[in-house]
Amino acid sequence: MASDENTSGNRVREMAAMRIALIGLNHRTAPVELRERVAFSAEQARQAAQELREQGILEEAVVLSTCNRSELYGVPCEAVENAAGAMECYFAAFHKLSPEEINRSLYRHSDEDAVRHLFRVAAGLDSMLLGETEIIGQVRQAYMAAFESGATGPVLNRLFQNALEVGKRVRTETELGTRPMSAAFAAVKLAEQIFSHLRGHQALILGAGAMGEQLVEHLRDRGIAHIYVANRSRDRAEELARRFEGRACPWEELVQALVLPDIVITSVGGTDAVLTRKMTERAMEARGGRAMFVIDLGVPRNVEAAVADLYNVFLYTIDDLTEIVEENKRAREKEIPRAEALIAAQLEKFRDWQTKVQGAAVFAELRRKLEHEREALLDEYLGEMKHLSQEDRLRVRRLTSELLDRIVAQPASHLRKERQQRRRLQEIEAVRELFELDEKEE
Amino acid sequence: MNQLLDYSALAFYAASLGFYVWHLYGNERLIGRVATTCLSGGVVLHYLALMARARAVGSVPYQDLYGSMSLFGWLLAATYLGIERFHRQRAVGPFVLPFVLLFVAAEAFFSPRIPLPHPAAQGPLFALHVTSNILASAAFALSFVLSVLYLVQNRHLRDHRVGTVIFRFPALEVLELMSRSSVTVGVCALGFGMALGSVWAHRLMGRYVTGDPKEIFSVLTLLIYLGYLGVAQKTSWRGARSSVLCVANFLVVIFNYTVVNFYLSKYHRFF
Repeated sequence: MASDENTSGNRVREMAAMRIALIGLNHRTAPVELRERVAFSAEQARQAAQELREQGILEEAVVLSTCNRSELYGVPCEAVENAAGAMECYFAAFHKLSPEEINRSLYRHSDEDAVRHLFRVAAGLDSMLLGETEIIGQVRQAYMAAFESGATGPVLNRLFQNALEVGKRVRTETELGTRPMSAAFAAVKLAEQIFSHLRGHQALILGAGAMGEQLVEHLRDRGIAHIYVANRSRDRAEELARRFEGRACPWEELVQALVLPDIVITSVGGTDAVLTRKMTERAMEARGGRAMFVIDLGVPRNVEAAVADLYNVFLYTIDDLTEIVEENKRAREKEIPRAEALIAAQLEKFRDWQTKVQGAAVFAELRRKLEHEREALLDEYLGEMKHLSQEDRLRVRRLTSELLDRIVAQPASHLRKERQQRRRLQEIEAVRELFELDEKEE
Repeated sequence: MNQLLDYSALAFYAASLGFYVWHLYGNERLIGRVATTCLSGGVVLHYLALMARARAVGSVPYQDLYGSMSLFGWLLAATYLGIERFHRQRAVGPFVLPFVLLFVAAEAFFSPRIPLPHPAAQGPLFALHVTSNILASAAFALSFVLSVLYLVQNRHLRDHRVGTVIFRFPALEVLELMSRSSVTVGVCALGFGMALGSVWAHRLMGRYVTGDPKEIFSVLTLLIYLGYLGVAQKTSWRGARSSVLCVANFLVVIFNYTVVNFYLSKYHRFF
């Protein structure tokens, strides 16, 4: 029973303190060689979060590791004075490095700065490619892994849920999420602007380069129905068709092959145009004028420029796509203030929750402390008052208990109503100091 | 009371337009929902206003220009709401709502507040004839807006001028589908309205066809829109060409609604 009480008392103190610590490195602070050495696999991330808790460094822990960053988020244990230092030592030791090797590349944030950092990461503002969308999935995965292994608690649960929320808002409410930042993705977005969903549509790939493959990946992610592959070499076509899970078409029957697909991607070497106006015109007739989106990734170009004049043919070359991406980059940069404003609002929301929980925890602790004093006083003085009946003694106990409730309830309610968050936090700290709530019980 | 309802409907439509524009730029789902809710509220209030007006004159408001315009605005808003729900696309709202506002505002601000005489033509059959024909015009107006949007977006995509707004628009394929849905509603409503008109003419004059120029132009309108539906779906006219056809067809509707009504028709004036 006494042990239960102590545990609950400790929990209340932890919640009241609610410190958040972060250490990590990313593409801005560390070269790729170092980033590779300190990356955590999913299993390692789970293990690290577990060990940080078992070693008494952190109460709650989440490890976020992507190709551009490795970060440890945690709620330090109360007993640990220099939590960031302990986290750094663990971080270096885990990757079999000396602290000096990583020291200069590490950034350390605590409390509000740590919260803001995570929000910016989830929003894609801290990414190498501004506003990239992959990071939000990686933050979610890191959090879910820690949550499932029981490494998170009320503070990090709330923190990561808030981060995911703001990440989503930034992507839906600003241009950071809508404008494609790679030529391949820009091509897919254009295809969707013509055909809406790609599920019922088919694509034909002529030749294949790195960008062509990237484009096929995007098309597959968007649920393209079928992929056809044509290549001058039959064997190469078969091989690519296997890789893309598509079907190979004979190069000699290119005009017939153009009848079905709505998206045609060309990425063929050589100086001669692969797709001529005449061929495309014949194919368009056979298609009954159905729209065709042609993406020419070849340099020099694979598609005759006159193809763009054909009715219902949308022709984009690699230069067109690059231009769109450049314009999008500029537009995304303009969106940073809007994204920062959303982050500031979310930060305010998180701070509000923090102060509510901290306030509740401080007053619960204060109530517990006063209750302890009350019991001691009553035991001392009621023993001397022999003339009081059993009923009177009970009444005195009830009366003093109610008095305590009233004393504590009023300032608690005042703090709840206070709108200025910073002032509330200061007031909570003042209450803590005034009543010496940080003193450990013996 | 009627005026209050008119102004309230107008306020809801104006708010809805504001939220649709905000949604087009901000792409916030909640704002889109608020826009649709405001539009629905406007449609309900506008319906109540029209009912009050109809009760006062004892018939659907067709015998004065403003009443007819208000009914047109309401049917345009209602048709758009239906098409928006069906295709789950809100990006077209900012381009349709200004027309709704224009028609409703004309009625709310300029309509003389004098009691109108009870019209000679009354009854449910006649009310359906009028409503159905105005519904057809509203649906054709909507398809006109959608076709213009298609042509603008098509031009931007072909010229490689793609900005934020283009990525916010529905895809070309969706705009084409929405336009076809709208024309289908218009063709059905016009066919139904014309059939009811024939029955009405038979009841009054003992013959189904009166030879009124309005009848001739209505048949022509029906045929050109049927032609649009025929070519827009399967032939090489699909896409920009059929959208141009749809825009051209709407010019016939406007001609039918104005010149034919005011100067040629003997039996029709404001619908």
